[in-house]
Amino acid sequence: MITFLIFLAILLAVTAIVQMLSIYDLTSAIKGRKAFEVTERENKMQAFLWLIFVPSYFIFILWQYLVWGKYMLPESASVHGEKIDGLFATTWLIIIPVFIITHSLLAYFCFKYVYNKDRKASFFAHNNKLELAWTVIPSLTLATLILYGLKTWNSVMSPIPDEADKVTIELFARQFDWTARYAGEDEKLGRSHFRLIKGFNALGVDSSDANAHDDILVKGEFHLPVNKPVEFVFRSQDVIHSAYMPHFRAQMNCVPGMATLFNFIPRYTTAEMKQKTSNENFDYILLCNKICGAAHYNMQMKIIVESEEDYNKWLSSQKRFLASN
Amino acid sequence: MSTTHAEHSHHEQSFITKYVFSQDHKMIAKQFLITGFLMGFIGMMMSVLFRLQLGWPGESFPILTFLLGENWAPDGVLTPDKYLALVTIHGTIMVFFLLTAGLSGTFSNLLIPLQLGARDMASGFLNMLSYWFFFLSSIIMLVSLGVEGGPASAGWTIYPPLSALPQAIPGSGLGMTLWLVSMAIFIVSSLLGSLNYIVTILNLRTKGMKMTRMPLTIWAFLITAILGVLTFPVLLSAALLLIFDRSFETSFYLSDIVVAGTALDFNGGSPILFEHLFWFLGHPEVYIVLLPSLGLTSEIISVNARKPIFGYRAMIGSMLTIAFISIIVWGHHMFVTGMNPFLGAVFTFTTLLVAIPSAVKVFNYLTTLWKGNIRFTPAMLFAVGLISTFISGGLTGLILGDSALDINVHDTYFVVGHFHIVMGLSAVFGMYAGAYHWFPKLFGRMMNHNLGKAHFWLTITSVYGVFLPMHFIGLAGVPRRYYSNSAFPLFDSFIDLNEIVSAFAILAAFAQVLFFINFVYSALRGPKATQNPWDSNTLEWTTPVEHIHGNWPGDIPAVHRWPYDYSKPGAASDFIPQTVPLSEYEKDEGH
Ligand code: HEM
Ligand SMILES: [Cu+2]
Ligand SMILES: [Cu+2]
Repeated sequence: MITFLIFLAILLAVTAIVQMLSIYDLTSAIKGRKAFEVTERENKMQAFLWLIFVPSYFIFILWQYLVWGKYMLPESASVHGEKIDGLFATTWLIIIPVFIITHSLLAYFCFKYVYNKDRKASFFAHNNKLELAWTVIPSLTLATLILYGLKTWNSVMSPIPDEADKVTIELFARQFDWTARYAGEDEKLGRSHFRLIKGFNALGVDSSDANAHDDILVKGEFHLPVNKPVEFVFRSQDVIHSAYMPHFRAQMNCVPGMATLFNFIPRYTTAEMKQKTSNENFDYILLCNKICGAAHYNMQMKIIVESEEDYNKWLSSQKRFLASN
Repeated sequence: MSTTHAEHSHHEQSFITKYVFSQDHKMIAKQFLITGFLMGFIGMMMSVLFRLQLGWPGESFPILTFLLGENWAPDGVLTPDKYLALVTIHGTIMVFFLLTAGLSGTFSNLLIPLQLGARDMASGFLNMLSYWFFFLSSIIMLVSLGVEGGPASAGWTIYPPLSALPQAIPGSGLGMTLWLVSMAIFIVSSLLGSLNYIVTILNLRTKGMKMTRMPLTIWAFLITAILGVLTFPVLLSAALLLIFDRSFETSFYLSDIVVAGTALDFNGGSPILFEHLFWFLGHPEVYIVLLPSLGLTSEIISVNARKPIFGYRAMIGSMLTIAFISIIVWGHHMFVTGMNPFLGAVFTFTTLLVAIPSAVKVFNYLTTLWKGNIRFTPAMLFAVGLISTFISGGLTGLILGDSALDINVHDTYFVVGHFHIVMGLSAVFGMYAGAYHWFPKLFGRMMNHNLGKAHFWLTITSVYGVFLPMHFIGLAGVPRRYYSNSAFPLFDSFIDLNEIVSAFAILAAFAQVLFFINFVYSALRGPKATQNPWDSNTLEWTTPVEHIHGNWPGDIPAVHRWPYDYSKPGAASDFIPQTVPLSEYEKDEGH
C-alpha cells in the first residue's frame, strides 16, 4: 500500500512538472521570446547565486571541521608518524590557500563579468608571461613538496638497523581474523608453509624448525612495548588483506604467497593516549583495509602499548607454540 | 572527402537501419547517450540503496527487499556480501559504462564529424559495431545481477585472489565470469570506437581545418582515444589471465592459498602482477573519463563567456602532458603493497608532476572567465561547476599521490571523497554540460532552462554534501568498502555525519530526476531549436537542425580560422564562425 502511494506521489509530481513545462513553453511562445534566450535578469540571478554559493561552500567545510574535526585521528602514536603529520600539515598549508583563492576568483569572475549586451568581452587569447608564471610557480611549489615527500618516505620506509634491539611480530591475516605471532626469545620467526595450516596450527608453522619452538601466537589483542622498534612481517593465507593501524600511521598489505614488511616505534602507551584524547575508552586498533569478503568490515584486533616491563610480563604469560601443539 | 553528398542521401532507409543498426554517427551518438544515461541511472540508484545501509546501518527498509528481493535484503536489511556486490557494480557502471562509453561514445561520435566537417566517421560499420558491443556488454553486466551467488563483489578493481575464488565470496562465481566477459566485450567496443575516432580526426578534416584549428573538444577526444588504445588492451590481457586462473587452473596471480580450510594447488603466481596490469589501465582510465569533459567544457566556457579560450596551445599541451604522465603513475595505487620503496619514490615523483598541467588548465579556465561576458545557460553552469570540482578534488590528490601520506589514507573514505569529486563529479558535470549544450544538435529541440538551473544547483549542493564529509570520515581512519562502521566504537562519532551524507545522496538522486524529465520531455515536445542557438563558431552549427545523412545538404564548408574568434575587436558581432574568411586586417589566431 505504502509503495503504491509512493508511486502515485511520484507519478503526480512528474505530471505536474511536465504540465508546468508545457505552460512555460506556451507562455514564452506567446510572449515571442526565444526558448533558449537567457534573459538579463536570469543571468544576474545565476551570477549572484555563484557569489553566495562559494562562501557557503567554505562555511560548510568549516562547519564540518568544527563539528567533526575533533574526531579525526589524534596526534601520531609512532615516531615516524610525526614526520608524516608534519608533511601532512605542510601539504594542507599549500592546498587551503590555493583552494580559497581559486574558488574566490571563480565566484568573483562569475559575478563581475556577467552578460551585459552593451559590453564586449576582452579578446585576450594568450599571454606568454602569464602562462609561464603559472607553469613555473606550481612547478617550484611541487618541487618542494616532492623533495619533502620523498625525504619523509625514505625515512619512514627505512629498515631497522641490524644491531638495534627490536621486537619481531608476524601479523597473519585470513578471512576474517588476525593472528599475531611473536618471535620469542631468539627473535627469529620459525619457518612456515601454507600446506601445514591445519586446525590448531593456524599459521602453518613448521614445528621441525627450532626457531619456531618459542614462537607465541595470540588472537584478539596483541601488545607492544613503548619506545622500542617493532618489526612487522605481514602474511595472508587466502585473499589480500591490509593491516591498517591508523594511530601509528602504519599500513601494509597482506598478500598470499609473499611476506611484506613495515616497522615503527610506538611513542605513547595506551594509558597515555587515553589521557591525550581524554577518552577513557580509547584503544589502538588494527583493522583490515583491503576488501576481503563479506565480513571485511569487522576484521579487527586490539593493540595495547605498554611499558616494556608490563609487556614482558604479558608476553611470558602467553603459551609457547610448542606447548600449545 | 571524396564521396559526395548525393551518393549519401539517396538510399531509402528502413526503420531498422535508421534507428537500430544505424551507421550514422548522429544516431549512434544518441544511442550511446541514452544507454549511458540509463546505465548511470541504475548505478546511481545502487549508490542510494547502499547509502541507506551506511546511513542507518541495520535498520529495516522494506524498499530494499522490494527492489532487491529476499536473497539480497532479507527483512529490509542488505546483507554484507550484497552490499559489496552493489558497490562493485556501482563503481563498474559509473566508471566504464556511464563515463567511458556513455561520455566518449556520445560526444566523440556526435562532434568529431560535425566539428571537423566530415560526412560521417571513417567507418560507419565499425562505429555501429562499437555501439552494439557496448550494448551487449551492458546487458551482460545487468544480467550478472541476477545469477546464482550474485554479481561480481570484489570491488571494481577485482583484485585476485578475492575475485578468483568463489569460496572467498559468492560473487566470484558465475557473477565474476560474466563481469569479465562483459568487460572483455566492452574493451573491444572501446577499441573499435577509439580507432575510428583517431582515424577520422587524422584523415577526414575539411579544407582549412588544420590540427591547430580544431576545437579543444576534438583535441580532447583524440588524446582520450589514443590513451584508450594504448591502455585498454592491457586490461584485456589482465582479464584474460584472470579467466585462465579461474577456469583453467593456471597460477598467474595465485600462490600459497588456503581457503575455507582447503589448501589449493596454485603455485608461483602473484596478485601484485594483477594490480600492475589493472592500474596500467586503471589510472589512465580516470583521464579517459576526465579529458572529454575537460574538452567539452573548454568549448562551452569559451562560447558562453563570449571570449576565446585562454591559452589554446597551453590547453592542448597540458592535455598531452597529462595523458603522457598518466601512463607512468599507476604505482601510486600500490604504495602499500610492499613495493620497493625506491619504486614508490619514482611513482610519487611522476604522480605529483600531474599537478603542473592540471594547474595550468585551472588558471586558463579562470582567465577565460576574466573580463568575459558570461551567459549562464545550464551548460555553462555545469561547466563552471566542473572548474570547482576539478579544483576541489584535484588538490586532495596532492595528499594521495605523496607516498608517505598515502600510507595512512590509502583505501579510506578520504579516497572515496577525493575520486568522486575529481573524477566522478567533474566527468559527470562535463557530460551534463555537453548534454545541455548539444541537446539542440542531438534532438533538434531545446531543453528547459529553469529546470536545468534547478537541476544544477540542487546537484552541486547535494553532491558536495555527499562527498566533502567523506574526507573527514576518512581522516578518522574509516576504511572504504565497509558494510557498516558499527563494529568499531571508535567510529561512532560519525553516525550523524553518515546520516547527513545519505540524506544528501537521496537528494542528489532526486535532482537527477529533474534532468530525466527535462530530457525526455524536451526530446519529444520541447520548443524547436534554431540552427545556431548559442551563437557559436564551430562547424556543427552550420548543419541543418533536422538530421540528414551526410550532415551538410551541399558542399562541406571550408574553414578559414580557429574556432575561438569571440568578441574579436573590430568585428560587428561577438562571434565569427570558422567558415568566415579572414578579412584583410585580421591575423589568424590559430597560428
Ligand atoms: C549520487 C551519486 C553517488 C553516490 C551517492 C556515490 C556513493 C558511493 C559510495 C558511498 C561509495 C563507497 C562505498 C564503499 O566504499 O563502501 C562509492 C564507490 C564508488 N563510486 Fe560512487 N557514488 C556516486 C556516484 C559515482 C560516480 C558519478 C562515479 C564515477 C566515477 C562513481 C564511482 C565510484 C567508484 C569507482 C566506487 C568504488 C567502488 C569500489 O570500491 O569498488 N560513483 N560510491
Ligand atoms: Cu580482511
Ligand atoms: Cu591513479
